[in-house]
Amino acid sequence: MSFIELRDIRQRRDGRDILENISLSVARGEVRALIGPTGAGKTTLLRLADLLDTPTSGMVFFDGCDTSASEWVRLEARRRMAFVLQKPIVFNTSVYENVASGLRWRGQGSRHLRERVLEVLEMVRLADYKDRNARTLSGGEVQRVAIARAIAIKPEVLLLDEPTANLDPVSASRIEELIEGIIKKQSLTVLLATHDMAQGQRLADKISVLVNGRIVQTGGLREIFYSPMSREVAEFVGMENILDGMITSCEGELAVIDVQGHTIEAVTDCHSGENVSVLMRPEDITVALTRVSSSARNSLAGTITRTLSSGPFCRVEIDCGFPLVALVTRRSAEEMGLEPGKRVYATFKAVSLHVIRR
Amino acid sequence: MTELWNGLLKALELIVTFNPEVMAIAGLSLRIAVTSTLLAAIICLPLGSLVHFKQFHGKRVLISLIQTFYSVPTVTVGLLVFVLFSRSGPLGGLNLLFTPTVMILGQVLLVSPILVGLTVSALSGVDRTVTDTARSLGASGRQTAFLILKEARFAVMAALVLGFGRAISEVGLALMVGGNIKGFTRVLTTAISLETSKGDWELSMALGIILIIIALVINVVLNRIQQRR
Repeated sequence: MSFIELRDIRQRRDGRDILENISLSVARGEVRALIGPTGAGKTTLLRLADLLDTPTSGMVFFDGCDTSASEWVRLEARRRMAFVLQKPIVFNTSVYENVASGLRWRGQGSRHLRERVLEVLEMVRLADYKDRNARTLSGGEVQRVAIARAIAIKPEVLLLDEPTANLDPVSASRIEELIEGIIKKQSLTVLLATHDMAQGQRLADKISVLVNGRIVQTGGLREIFYSPMSREVAEFVGMENILDGMITSCEGELAVIDVQGHTIEAVTDCHSGENVSVLMRPEDITVALTRVSSSARNSLAGTITRTLSSGPFCRVEIDCGFPLVALVTRRSAEEMGLEPGKRVYATFKAVSLHVIRR
Repeated sequence: MTELWNGLLKALELIVTFNPEVMAIAGLSLRIAVTSTLLAAIICLPLGSLVHFKQFHGKRVLISLIQTFYSVPTVTVGLLVFVLFSRSGPLGGLNLLFTPTVMILGQVLLVSPILVGLTVSALSGVDRTVTDTARSLGASGRQTAFLILKEARFAVMAALVLGFGRAISEVGLALMVGGNIKGFTRVLTTAISLETSKGDWELSMALGIILIIIALVINVVLNRIQQRR
């Protein structure tokens, strides 16, 4: 049996199902990301996994034990986990005492406790702050105290709820590095909730996508990002181009798909006559001023409707009879002089498309 | 006006020379008020925590009831205690009426609603996330309750000071069940009321000034503590 297992969970609150039909199992040592938009139920799911709440129906197993047995079983299981809440708070006492609290509650002897607290403070680089009142710290520092407090108890499971959501980019990347280091150094089982799919990608082995209280897909990184199973997942993982069409003919794995009168070739196991959606990532589309003759099967002519710079990239919206979004580097956009009204060719490979049944 | 001025000077003289009578009265006042506040705290902090942490029917009603008793007239509590401990009352056999002990008991009753009520509001003032954080770090129910009490320590302390203030400044109860017996149950407030009616302003003023000094010292100490947070 898995280390953490949630079986047929439903969580109802205020007459609304927050989680529905959730089954999730996480193996020992696995780093699992729960990604999904805000309000999808990620926090609720983590609270159930940490045994802070009990589900309306369904069962939660921890290390093979049914946690509904007694409050004692729940406390014992909870003491093997640590949960860093989304908006962490510090207790109104020194940084040292904050980090020591979990150990004290476990009745840890004082010599070992001091050693461990100092070690962890060193790890999060807050050793100089140990005597300061934790209430006087900045947001990033509070987050580091919260993480230190959680790992001080040497948990077997670490639950993280949006660990960088409320931080500026610099603090966020520092926290992420810290978490990455902790995960690598100690073979922890981790359940990480995040709305930032790139963060999930950086930290996790496996990803579960949570949308509207349901887990819509679980899989490896590649699988989630390149082969989403549904439109919802596709939208969430950044497959911005979603075209509805019908397969007109198939030749082995190569299918010809009619999208609003235009022909697109894609690799799929769907059959002729099926209604499908063609998904493609904006960065898989190449934009050129002339038709490119290459191995890429698809090259469509269109007119640029809008360009939008974001950092080193430029989003180019093209009308090819249907809208397409491409992502090119800012430099090449400048070199080609991409601007609204310009005629361009959007080129993409048949293998870079992902086709799902509608 | 000169009379008032002379009275004030005389009063100060009584204080700086540590007049034995004045000191005895002030000492008894302090002893009774401190004891009753501490006793009340021992009973009311757990009671308030219980009310806060347990979910039960009629919780809100109970809390409003407790708040109503914040301002119960001291003479009403005095009457109750008097009836209970009078010779023919249910506790008359204990022979406690007109002793400092019964004054303490009365004051415990008097300040209990304030302590319970303010403990409840002090605890509800603590962020709910504190509870979640403590539990997620492995605190048991009891450990979580202790932490929350600790987080609310400044508000709880303010409640204690308020309770003490009510205990040391009340006169009705002390007069009714204490009897204002010289050298035995005479406290600052009852002495002031008696000496004033006797026309002995100097002593009254000296005692009044001491009462104000006590209040001042307590406030300064409380402010100091709260500034350290």
